[in-house]
Order: sequence, then C-alpha cells, then structure tokens
Amino acid sequence: MAQDKSSARKAYWRANLGLMGVLLAIWFTVSFGFGILLRPWLDQVSLGGAPLGFWFAQQGSILVFIVLIFYYAWAMNRLEARFAEQLGSDDMTPAAATDAPDQEDAS
Amino acid sequence: MTATLFWTGFFVITSFALYIGIAIASRVGSTDEFYVAGHHVPPVFNGMATAADWMSAASFLSMAGLIAFSGYDGSVFLMGWTGGYVLLALLLAPYLRRFGKFTVPDFIGDRYYSDTARVVAVICAIFVSFTYIAGQMQGVGIAFSRFLEIPIEAGVVIGGLVVLMYATLGGMKGITYTQVAQYCVLIFAFMTPAIFISLQLTGTPVPQLGFIGNASDGMPLLMKLDGMLTELGFAPYTDGSKSTFDVFAITLALMAGTAGLPHVIVRFFTVPKAADARKSAGWALLFIGILYVTAPAVAVFARTNFIETVNESVYDAETTALVEGESETPDWFHRWETTGLLAFEDRNGDGRIQYRADPEANEVTTLNRDIFVLANPEIANLPAWVIGLVVSGGIAAALSTAAGLLLVISSSISHDLCRKVLFKSITDKQELLIARLSATGAVLIAILAGIYPPGFVASVVALAFGLAAASFFPAILLGIFWQRMSKEGAIAGMVTGLGVTGAYILTYKIFGWVPNNAEHWILGVSPEGFGTIGMVISFAVSVTVSLLTPAPPPEVRELVERIRAP
Repeated sequence: MAQDKSSARKAYWRANLGLMGVLLAIWFTVSFGFGILLRPWLDQVSLGGAPLGFWFAQQGSILVFIVLIFYYAWAMNRLEARFAEQLGSDDMTPAAATDAPDQEDAS
Repeated sequence: MTATLFWTGFFVITSFALYIGIAIASRVGSTDEFYVAGHHVPPVFNGMATAADWMSAASFLSMAGLIAFSGYDGSVFLMGWTGGYVLLALLLAPYLRRFGKFTVPDFIGDRYYSDTARVVAVICAIFVSFTYIAGQMQGVGIAFSRFLEIPIEAGVVIGGLVVLMYATLGGMKGITYTQVAQYCVLIFAFMTPAIFISLQLTGTPVPQLGFIGNASDGMPLLMKLDGMLTELGFAPYTDGSKSTFDVFAITLALMAGTAGLPHVIVRFFTVPKAADARKSAGWALLFIGILYVTAPAVAVFARTNFIETVNESVYDAETTALVEGESETPDWFHRWETTGLLAFEDRNGDGRIQYRADPEANEVTTLNRDIFVLANPEIANLPAWVIGLVVSGGIAAALSTAAGLLLVISSSISHDLCRKVLFKSITDKQELLIARLSATGAVLIAILAGIYPPGFVASVVALAFGLAAASFFPAILLGIFWQRMSKEGAIAGMVTGLGVTGAYILTYKIFGWVPNNAEHWILGVSPEGFGTIGMVISFAVSVTVSLLTPAPPPEVRELVERIRAP
C-alpha cells in the first residue's frame, strides 16, 4: 500500500512537471521569443495595423499569460482528482520519509 | 477648475469613507486573521485584491505615459510585470499556500532550518517594502496637493492615517476587502477616459482594437504615429532603442522580481487551498491585464493626439493671427501649464509650438509623463467628474499598494523577528499587539518618507525588483523543486544575489561612480536588468554551495514532500 502511494505520488509529480514544462515553454515563446528575440522577423507581418512582433510584446503575450494560468489551474484540478483516489485524503499529513528515499528533482 | 475641485473632493471623501467603513466591518482578533485573513478569502476576491495590491500609483499614473515616450522599449514593463504571474502560479504560489504558514520569511526559515536564513529574509522583505512604500505615500501627497489644493504634507498625513486605520484594525482581512473596493475604483477610473479617447481617435470603443486599427484618415494608427515621429526627428514608435539583450534582461528581472516580491506572494496565503491559489493567480492576472492591455493603447492615442493637436498650433490666437489650416493650442494645454507638468518656450518667436526631438529646436521644454493619464479626460472633453474619478483612482492605487507593503513590514517584525527569533514564548494576543504597533511605526516612517522623500526613491524601485529577483526568487524556487538545497546554499545564494545586484545598482544609479550608459555597463546590461545576472549568479552559488555542504535533515525532506503532494 505504501509502495502504491509512493509511486502514485511520483507519477503525479512527474505529470505536474511535464505540464509545467509545456506551459513554461509557451510562456517563454510568446514573450521572450515572439516579443523580443524573433520580433524583427515577425514585424514583417502585421496584425491589423500593428507589426506582429510589437503586438506580441504589448498585447499578445499578456493575453496568452492569462490563458496559461487558467488552463494550468483547470488541468491541475483534473490531475489531482485523478490521483485523489490512489493517494487518499492525506492532504495535511506529512509524507513518511521512507516513502520517498531519493530525490527526483528538476528545476 | 472649481467643478473639478468639487468632484475630486467628492470622490476622494466618498472612497475614503468606504475604505474606513470596510475596515470597521472587518475588525480582527487573532494573528491568523491579521496575517492571512484566516485563509478564508475566495479566489476571485483575492484576485482583485492582488491586482490592486500590485498596481501602484506608478502603474496607474505613469505607465501609459512611460510607454508613450518609449514606444517598443516600454514593452519590458508590460511583459515583465504580467509574466511574473505565470511563474507565481506555476512555480511558487500553490506550494507556498500548501506550506500553510503566514509569511515569506516563515517559509525560508522553516525550509532552510535556520534562524540566520529567516533573519536574512526579514531584512530583504523590510528593505524591499520600505523602498516601495515611500513612493506610494509621495504619490498620495502629490495627488492631494495638485487637485485638492491641500499642501503635500497634509495629503501624505491624511493618506497615511487612512491606511493606518484599516491596516491596524482589520489586518489582512481589512486590507483585502478595501483592496477589492480600490480595484473597482481604479479600473473604472482608468477605463472610462480610455474608452472615450479610443472612440474619438479611432471610432471604436474598445481601446485594444483601436490600437491595431486605423486612424480617422484610414491609415493604420501605429504607422501614422511612426511617420509623424520620424518627421519630427524621433525614433519610430514601434522600434526600440535598447539592445535586444538588455530588453531580454530587464523583462526577465521584472518577471522574477514580481514573482519574488513578498507583498504579492503573501496574498496567495489568504485563500483556502492550493488549488485556489492557482485559480486566484489567474484572476489576479486577468484583472491586472485589463489595465495592462489598455495602457499601451492609451499611450499610442495620447502621443498621437499630442502631436496632432499641439505641434505647430498657434499658442495665443489673440496675438498671433491664424493662417488658413492652422489651429489654436487646445485649452487643456494652457490649464496644465499652470501645474508645471508642461512648459512652452517660444524659442523662434513665431507664436507657434514646435515639438521636436532636437533639444535646440524643441519648444515643449517640460513634458511630464504623468500628464497623459491625468489630462486624458480633458483631452477627450469629458466632464469634470471624470477628472475627480481619475484622481481618486490614482489615490486608490497608491493606498492599496501601501497597505499591502505595510502588512509585510509589520508581520516580518511581529511574527518572524519577535515570535520566531527574539521572544519565542509570547502569546497570540501579545503578537497581535506587536503587529499593530509595528504597523503604526511603519506608517509613521512611511509618512516621513513621503514628506521628505529621499532623492533616490525613483531609482530604488529598480533595486526592489532586482533584489527580489536575485534573492527571494531563487531561494524559494530551489526550496520547492530541489530537495538537496541546504541552508548554507540558501544563505550564500541570497547574500551573493543581494550583494552583486545591490552593488551594481548603487554604482550606476545611486552614487554614480561610473557613468550610467550602455558603453559602461557590464555585458551591456542596464541596472534595471541586472537582477537577471544577479539571479543567475545566485542560482549558481546556491547549487554549488549546497552540493559542498551536508544535505538537509529528514524533517525538511518531509516538508518538501508534503508541499508537493496533492
């Protein structure tokens, strides 16, 4: 049982990190990518009367950021509901140290 | 101006009465309620409160003008001050909420099992907050003196007393609900003139569509502005003058700094659970985004309108005869000249205003960037009550931010310093009393700082972001995502990040030891963007020192496991 819980917790954390990785890649692309590094190239195209790179820097990136956070909140609720059964409702109890013998870190 | 005076007084007094009413209704009796509103704030309200907390007098009054003058370069503020919420929602807020305590130094102290780390965090938090609060109080004073004909000092004292009242009575609970009200005031005050100006210049009531739309002559507005600016000798609006690397560095420093500012982080301690912290960050950014995607549109409208109506206009039609096709300088220009925010000097004596990039030929000798938001209602020919609304919006923005900062200072002293380090045996009641006393002390210092502003306030805002980016952000992020991070690593990382960033900003901006320009900057990074370099150094030092020192004890590993578990 303890083994189950521990592997479920790891699977949950991996899924969370994967989701975060994708969303942070989008976060980086729309701001630092489209708005800054690729701007001279994107500016050749226009959105309405605005050069596209300039538009991403002043409008587009902010709109994408808002969508990203709401999507993450929604996706995490779904993920947590999926794992809730396997993990039980030990929201507030500290995990036993033996359940997680090694680190599995990313940053 | 009497109608303006009446309406300004009306809105300011009404809004103050509202804030104090909310404070009395939400009095608190425990530290839990005082620090984090008992963890009972619904995510949508917390989102609104965070938005008001975050958007200071600078966001409300100065940002649109700043962008109007800097064009593409202004994007660093737009992306930097919003993108940080993505980092906050994904990487920090839910875990800190699950940690479940009261303050940022609380987390640093517990995660790094060290009172030294806690004290370093307390010092950072207090320093960053005071840096910020002085600017807010000064903003309140200026708004009072300019629009209500009250001396700056009296304005600062009145503003300070109002904040003091609701911050000490209601703590976080009082602050939260006043911030909700303040958000409503400020967003309404910002949007009303923006919508009317957009209608006037582009024919659409949605400023964001006007931004990418056509001017009344059918030409894309941005292209038209680029053309006008080039003709007058300025750089085109959609092109920046900063180097790409510097834009990158400033944006990243502002993002990481936003995510690391204690008064923002602590707002996410007030919601009931981690899932609410995520949702609440979404709401916060939505509410902030409403202003942030409108500001660049206001900037374009204001700059275009300024050039069209002021440049080559006849200053005084009584003394200079109008030639066919010429127009008179608009009335608002004359009215704002009396405030000292605008000044005209007829260098070539032709009785017309020439607005040029070349300082020799330019006749608009003073052009304060705050003018664009303040004068917007008049430029759009809106009635006097709209001006009153804008003023009370600016005051709301300043007070809400000041209150949030005040709470960080008071909880750092009462909770982190007194309860956790100095006098561990005090009761909850005593701690609450200390919290209220330290809030009072902090308000008094803030009032003094607002009346006698230290000359370097404007430049230290860069310092606040740089320091948060280079100290709190790496320490909290690694604390959550890297179990191996040890207390020695955290302390070394925070101290190096602070030291390097602080030294760089002091050198260029405060003491001016080295000329502050691109030729003299290290790697071509401006002091505003140096937080990014400081952050990279802080990460590197934290990791290296952690790997060379003993691993954290098992309790800390359990703590990290717990805050990661769903």
